[in-house]
Amino acid sequence: MCFISYRNSLTLWLTQLFCFPDGIDNVLFIIVSSVAFPRKSRISFVEMSSRKSKSSNLIQADYVSQVQRILRERFCHQSPHGNLFGVQVQYKHLIELLKRTAIHGESNSVLIIGPRGSGKTMLINHALKELMEVEGVSENILQVHLNGLLQINDKIALKEITRQLNLENVVGDKVFGSFAENLSFLLEALKKGDRTSSCPVIFILDEFDLFAHHKNQTLLYNLLDISQSAQTPVVIIGLTCRLDILELLEKRVKSRFSHRQIHLMNSFSFPQYLKIFKEQLSLPSIFPEKIFAEKWNENVQSLSEDRSVKEVLQKHFNVSKNLRSLHMLLILLLHFWFCLGNMLALNRVTPSHPFITAADLMEANQLCSMDSKGNIVHGLSVLEICLIIAMKHLNDIYEEEPFNFQMVYNEFQKFVQRKAHSVYNFEKPVVMKAFEHLQQLELIRPMERTSVNAQREYQLMKLLLDNTQIMNALQKYPNCPTDVRQWATSSLSWL
Amino acid sequence: MAYCSARLRTRQTCSWVGRPLLDQKLHYQTYKEISVKREGYSTEIHIQVGQFVLIEGDDDENPYIAKVVELFEDASELYSKKRARVQWFIRFCEVPICKQHLLDRKPDTQEIFWYDNPTCDNNISVETIIGCVRVVALAPDEVMPIDLKNEKTFFVKLSWNKKKFKPLPPEVLAQLDKLQEDNHRYQKSMEAKTKSAESPSWTTTEHAVKRIESRHSTSKSRHTASHPVTPRARKRLELSNLGFPRTPNTRISQATSCASLDSPGRMKRKVAFSEIMSPSKRSLPDGSQTSSPALKTPEKTRDIQHSCTKDARKTSPDHGMILRTRVPALKATETSEERILTPTSRGRKSSVVPSVILKPEYIKRREGKEPEVRDEAPSTSRIRRKSSILTLNRIRQQLRFLGNSKSDQDDEEFLPAAEISDSDSEEEEASTTPLPRRTPNSMSRNLRSSMKSSLQTPSKTPKKTPQPRTPRDATPQIRSRNLPAQEPTNMLEEARLRLHVSAVPESLPCREQEFQDIYNFVESKLLDHTGGCMYISGVPGTGKTATVHEVICCLQQAAQANEVPPFQYIEVNGMKLTEPHQVYVQILQKLTGKRATANHAAELLAKRFRTQASSQETTVVLVDELDLLWTQKQDVMYNLFDWPTHKGARLVVLTIANTMDLPERIMMNRVSSRLGLTRMCFQPYTHSQLQQILLSRLRHVKAFEDDAVQLAARKVAALSGDARRCLDICRRATEICEFSCQKPGCPGLVTTAHLLEAIDEMFSSSYITAIKNSSILEQSFLRAILAEFRRSGLEEATFQQVYIQHVALCRMEGLPYPTMSETMAVCSRLGACRLLLVEPSRNDVLLRVRLNISQDDVLYALKEE
Repeated sequence: MCFISYRNSLTLWLTQLFCFPDGIDNVLFIIVSSVAFPRKSRISFVEMSSRKSKSSNLIQADYVSQVQRILRERFCHQSPHGNLFGVQVQYKHLIELLKRTAIHGESNSVLIIGPRGSGKTMLINHALKELMEVEGVSENILQVHLNGLLQINDKIALKEITRQLNLENVVGDKVFGSFAENLSFLLEALKKGDRTSSCPVIFILDEFDLFAHHKNQTLLYNLLDISQSAQTPVVIIGLTCRLDILELLEKRVKSRFSHRQIHLMNSFSFPQYLKIFKEQLSLPSIFPEKIFAEKWNENVQSLSEDRSVKEVLQKHFNVSKNLRSLHMLLILLLHFWFCLGNMLALNRVTPSHPFITAADLMEANQLCSMDSKGNIVHGLSVLEICLIIAMKHLNDIYEEEPFNFQMVYNEFQKFVQRKAHSVYNFEKPVVMKAFEHLQQLELIRPMERTSVNAQREYQLMKLLLDNTQIMNALQKYPNCPTDVRQWATSSLSWL
Repeated sequence: MAYCSARLRTRQTCSWVGRPLLDQKLHYQTYKEISVKREGYSTEIHIQVGQFVLIEGDDDENPYIAKVVELFEDASELYSKKRARVQWFIRFCEVPICKQHLLDRKPDTQEIFWYDNPTCDNNISVETIIGCVRVVALAPDEVMPIDLKNEKTFFVKLSWNKKKFKPLPPEVLAQLDKLQEDNHRYQKSMEAKTKSAESPSWTTTEHAVKRIESRHSTSKSRHTASHPVTPRARKRLELSNLGFPRTPNTRISQATSCASLDSPGRMKRKVAFSEIMSPSKRSLPDGSQTSSPALKTPEKTRDIQHSCTKDARKTSPDHGMILRTRVPALKATETSEERILTPTSRGRKSSVVPSVILKPEYIKRREGKEPEVRDEAPSTSRIRRKSSILTLNRIRQQLRFLGNSKSDQDDEEFLPAAEISDSDSEEEEASTTPLPRRTPNSMSRNLRSSMKSSLQTPSKTPKKTPQPRTPRDATPQIRSRNLPAQEPTNMLEEARLRLHVSAVPESLPCREQEFQDIYNFVESKLLDHTGGCMYISGVPGTGKTATVHEVICCLQQAAQANEVPPFQYIEVNGMKLTEPHQVYVQILQKLTGKRATANHAAELLAKRFRTQASSQETTVVLVDELDLLWTQKQDVMYNLFDWPTHKGARLVVLTIANTMDLPERIMMNRVSSRLGLTRMCFQPYTHSQLQQILLSRLRHVKAFEDDAVQLAARKVAALSGDARRCLDICRRATEICEFSCQKPGCPGLVTTAHLLEAIDEMFSSSYITAIKNSSILEQSFLRAILAEFRRSGLEEATFQQVYIQHVALCRMEGLPYPTMSETMAVCSRLGACRLLLVEPSRNDVLLRVRLNISQDDVLYALKEE
């Protein structure tokens, strides 16, 4: 049931995505999110709410889709065209640094540190964009972008640097030579330059902390050494979310690092957050249909003053202050507004739902703050629910000690034999199957690695659900037998 | 060179041809021709004086090339009494790899260089001669003739004097050319030339020179058959700033010294040429002898030397052991190579009656240069030591000398310019762009621009037509910028530039003692022709590498001024290697230019350093970040420290590492024993030293308040004593100052407030700010962790336990109920920042959570609001 609803929602998303030209990025986004948060991928995204009264406003459908496209681009792409919020000081620092390298040929190194989603990449993209607009800079600068997740060791990183610098040992896309040759070649190339005559190189190392895990930190040592010696001017910009990054650097690497740190801390208050929300949803002034844009913006303005909207945003703000989570919320909002509200109606060319409402936002928020495991429990069979309740009781009795299948089965048998009329007495293999299903769903987890010869019945397990989660899930569970519900509240209810 | 390593494969029998010419002044018999017969071959090779020959060497593929200058019988030699004196030529591959780039073009495969190195042993055994070869001298602007490209023909275009490539001295070319021509005309033109010696265009007549195909004049060889130059007998040149070629105590024949006072070049030239020309040219039986020797300066100088010293020797047979000559500007690295005087001793015989060779063209050149030189560098002389013990005084002087390099810089830059003007006038028809000025500090710049210039004159290197580059011969280079970098416009920018760690300091203050120790160590090894190891330790940023560089730089200058024997310097860095064994590859490549695999390179190096090779220079190797060379077997370190112990290896190894007890900690006994006890430790800088460093960099820039400088020095000294930190802080402070200043363009001084801000920015822990700026749920999760820790009394808790606390806390504070997913997200966010240490999330609710900062810090940060 759960999976069905999950799959439904995914297909819905996909159909929506393929209808629109910029959909591909979002597919990627979905994949990434399901890879990055395997646990959250079980979110049953949508409970389809049937809606909507069809007010037949005759507003052309393409405005709506245009709005949708603009906003989606804003939330999904980290385009350097958007605005920066609350990081003006840091931005100034960074841009001055870049300019000094580009114009004066001064070497530098800097770390941009901030929690995930605090806009580090956005900041550097903005700065680079502005730098490129400075006269005579764009052809006088070389950029090298590295990512610690992609360049997992120095060998790959070196090849990538050489390729991006397009040195002479690169033919086409292929870099020739062994690791040692590449290293000495690159070092030689950088060593030959000097401050005044050679082209400055901007190194941007995303996920900088991962580079610190490379063997001997050779790459970092060499890059930072270049930045501290009279060679080709370089600026090394590391982006990381780890606050303890300096402790990761080896002492001689650390000594060569200039200790410039730019911190991005999401240091805005709720009113600012509200303003950001407003700005993010507003349409730009270049929107072709002025009247529609005005109306839209007015709507957004009134939305931001709405009490329930404020409440929702406050809650979201309490959970996480970063802008990426706000973007997530807004994407869901768009989804509710556009797909569920309009796309179904789109076929009839009468967009029923031209403006975003507070209800959309509330639904989006609900989706955001949903407990993913609770949702999985909703999809379980009654037998599986019973097993979970038995495990909960075992946990209560034995104080979080691990249990095995036999114990759970015994507990379940006690319940069935004494009390249950509604629950059919299943045979042991069936119960075992249900138990294994729970294991597959990772609601329970073996203590040790499963070995082949160990008897499955006696393998020690732990429950990965909290009591409150179980109780909450049970309350929402459709058609739950009363016996089971009573049994869940008290292990002694059958007496 | 060849002499030592000559390994005879086939026996050769040599016999003199013709009657011996007994030179009255020389105590041995000279011959004009020798016939060499190889066993197994029926033909005999006749080698005459003046012919070019191949001589057996280390490399069977590329035998040495030389011109026979003299053939004589030397009874003092033990094994082979038939000796020959030769003028060496070297191939490009024999030029040390570190110097090869000085030739700013690709050498022709058949190209060789006239080896202008009087210290090189040129006395060889006749038996090492393999056969004849043809050598053609070319003018600098000539292209290699393609029709003559066969195995046995070589071309000479440039000369190499171990420091740089120069066009063949015009005399050599001229002489070769003139030999073809009419005697009479020649003499005239030479006179014209010498007359115009003072004018910068004096070399113009040489440009008629095309190809030298002159036949050899054997008569000359009798004069050139002079004294073998042994390296041991080299005398020190005492240089000073007066600018006169010699001091009064030089006892040379009156005539020449008079002449030299007036116009030495001219007079002596006359002498020289009359000597050369007077003997009738003897036409040689042609046959194989199409080749002709390029004529060499030494020969000529020897002629002169004869003329000069004949009388002198009569009057004072033991004259002039040391000929003191004053040369301006000892730093004049370029000038000092052109040796004015080349003292020679006679052969290997014990009775040394040294004679003196004056090279007229150098004197002349000097004359031309001198006035300018004197203007530019009047006061940069140092007292040069002659004993092997370096006094502290001298170091001080050196440092001071480095200190006021304001004026040095000028003269350094000036001198090459003067030298270039020479070469320009020689090559004026080649219409090359003027070569860039070169300073020793910016070798790379020079290289780069010379590359450029070579590209601009494709006529010079016709072979360099655009062919598809293979990655093998790719040149490592970052493209250059179109717009030149801006120069600093105000005081703060200037200060920032000087404060950058990369800015080459004018001197290294506060490291005088260490400098002197290392200098003494290396110099004594150089002078003694021995090897040794030294271990230098110290925390990062205490100037270890910089000091060693400084020492090497000083020693190189000293070597150029002929104070210490020349040496080869190689630098490797453990951090710049992909794995320890690559160090062999790097050393070998820098030493010889060969590429080899690590194992092969190790073998080659071992062979080189373990076998005795008398004529090779000392090699100084700097191994930075030594600890990275650690391997399981420690074979890399073992070899590095073992080679210097071999007799005749002449290898000095300087090693640098961070930790003082590295030899004891990670090295096996046999390795640390070989490293020896020559240790040095660089202490972290004290605050007064740091202050001195800052002040020395900011000497002429008033950008900082005195208090600010002191504050920076004290702060850093208290933290680490790392000079880099100190400089970086000050640099950041200038930025803050500029940023905070309202009026652009006229920023004030950097105050302590600015500096404090910079220090705060760099050193303050960001954890507290991070907690303060985190969201409410994150903060309450931290509180929940604290509560759970207090409850359990442990410093670790599972997520589930903390979650229960968290739910309770939220209920108390009236926050909405946090779902498990939300809380998990909060936890992982805090974990990503490393405020928390969390297990990988696959453990789900069972993952263990720990704080990465102290509980007090968390409490403090949470209380603030």
